[in-house]
Amino acid sequence: MIKIGLIGAGKMGISHLAILGAHKNVTVNAVAEKSGLVRDVLERYGSFKCYDDHNDLLNHSQTDAVVISVPTKFHAPVVRAVIERGIHVFVEKPFCLNPAEGEDLMNLAKIKNVINQVGYHNKFIKTFREARRILQENMLGEIKHFNGEQFGPVVTKAKELTWRSKSDEGGGCLMDYAAHLIDLINFVVGNISSIKSAELKSFYSHQVEDAVYALVKTSNGIGGTLNVNWSDETYRKMSTSITVMGTKGKMIVDGTELKLYFKDKPKDQSYSKGWNIRHINEFPSGVEYYLRGEEYSDQLDHFIQAVSGKAKNDINTFETAWKTDKIIDQIRTFKITA
Amino acid sequence: MNRIIYGDNQFFGVNHVSDEKARNQSIKFREDESIVKTIRIAMDEGIDTFMCTTHERMFNISKLISNDVNMREGLTVYPCLPYAHKYANAVTELGIMGTLKQYMPLNIGEAFIKGGTAFFRKDYMKMMELLVDAELKMFKHINTPIIFLQNVITDLLLGLGMNEVLLSFKNYIETKYNAEAGFITMNMPLLMEALESVGVDDPIICSSINVDGFRMSGGKEAYENAMKNHDARIIAMQVFSGGSTSPDKALEYVCGLPAVESILFGASNRDNIRDTISRIRKFDKIVNHGEKNEILIHETI
Repeated sequence: MIKIGLIGAGKMGISHLAILGAHKNVTVNAVAEKSGLVRDVLERYGSFKCYDDHNDLLNHSQTDAVVISVPTKFHAPVVRAVIERGIHVFVEKPFCLNPAEGEDLMNLAKIKNVINQVGYHNKFIKTFREARRILQENMLGEIKHFNGEQFGPVVTKAKELTWRSKSDEGGGCLMDYAAHLIDLINFVVGNISSIKSAELKSFYSHQVEDAVYALVKTSNGIGGTLNVNWSDETYRKMSTSITVMGTKGKMIVDGTELKLYFKDKPKDQSYSKGWNIRHINEFPSGVEYYLRGEEYSDQLDHFIQAVSGKAKNDINTFETAWKTDKIIDQIRTFKITA
Repeated sequence: MNRIIYGDNQFFGVNHVSDEKARNQSIKFREDESIVKTIRIAMDEGIDTFMCTTHERMFNISKLISNDVNMREGLTVYPCLPYAHKYANAVTELGIMGTLKQYMPLNIGEAFIKGGTAFFRKDYMKMMELLVDAELKMFKHINTPIIFLQNVITDLLLGLGMNEVLLSFKNYIETKYNAEAGFITMNMPLLMEALESVGVDDPIICSSINVDGFRMSGGKEAYENAMKNHDARIIAMQVFSGGSTSPDKALEYVCGLPAVESILFGASNRDNIRDTISRIRKFDKIVNHGEKNEILIHETI
């Protein structure tokens, strides 16, 4: 049994707690949460041992690993406190407020030899994984362009009540939302390395942007666009998609569908010339417990497997999340200088 | 429960295997009247039960249903609460406390602001009851003999080991609304054990059950064993696995499961509604009359 502690029981934290609670190889031995109401409910109805302060959790409970889902501005100090004790760590996205913090922690995690993972769950969605494979095997020929989009209804009116509306605490569409798309493009298409143009736009928020538009280039020379808007209520929930144009075909992928067009019969026999559509239900899933999407269970399972020594610590490491932080920083800086 | 239950995913832009199709459908059903019209078509084809989430548009749709005498008298509604995205989006925007303040009834909300968390310390179940009441207001004039807890909440409580809260929900629905409580889940075998542990006998459970094992956590075999080992009144949903299986293969499997009492399906036009109903009836007849071999031979040809 792996003993895991949770630090931060907000929306994502409670979701992680339920997944960990249902996992056969995990014992959740402590929760640290600032809200007295949440602590009270977790202790009374869920029999979790709760602490107000994460240091108390770290000092008093024997945990092998910790899952951190606190507001972004606390990621760096809490992650540091955990890995300095040699405890394995899973932290929510985005990684840190700035790349310097992230680089320090990335190096510290290597020195302390702890398993490290960041909660970019899209990488555990099978359609995106297949999209990555198709590009890695050059099935679309030479890639000329990509277009990444992410829309959803997070801020749909002028209200600013939480840290998500403060840019210096990790709020705003760029850091809190577009991070998903940037990280996913790094995974599927290639690492974004430069920003050609960027515009951050507010729809309802006063202190932060609600949309991000950018022209970018990957390290392998592919140009693309980012179009992200968290104030789009025509979407019921967050929807992320990438369109890729190559000399041998085209790909449109989101969390539910993979649409592929091949000009000629591709080498992979499971696809044919012309349009191919694969839905998420066609990819096998082995989750033992489901909450909101297989990918949330799969990402924690991967972390648990890595902690148990049964899987490589090779997805969503601090290093890949730090690369995403760097691009976020470049887009934000571009806005200031332009 | 009726053998065939009509669902609402197509009306509110929900599709488990295509975000694009879901968005197109939400445009098609942008008018409440077009939803009511489609429910009338379903009734025309022999449907008498409609299962729906407490989506905010159901306020007006419920009004339209209760204003139509044929629908008011002929249609049974199974509400499923809460409409989770409303709360999930609110928690992202307002935080947990902010969300509670927003969705608590006005006078309670004021007491909440004045008293803070201490107000609820004594009785969190009261808080759950108030939220249930707020969600169910829209069905005031409609016959709702079974009220379901949505899968996100059922499964969240299940994962957190808060089985007693599941029991409290059931007790509240029975006493306050004189109705039966049901549970939607993506984790049926685990839920059956959890409900048994708090003494719930023969629960009403709505769960993904299909020939492909799609969204059947722990695998199809675990579900088949759970159905053999636990008593439950089961509604099968996602029987077409999101559309990747032939309708005959899908329905032959589900109709052949003796523990499945009802089948929930969604369709957005008369042809598809009629087609699904007639296929379910065909396979029910085959199963009931021991004509299974005949259809298998027919399928092989």
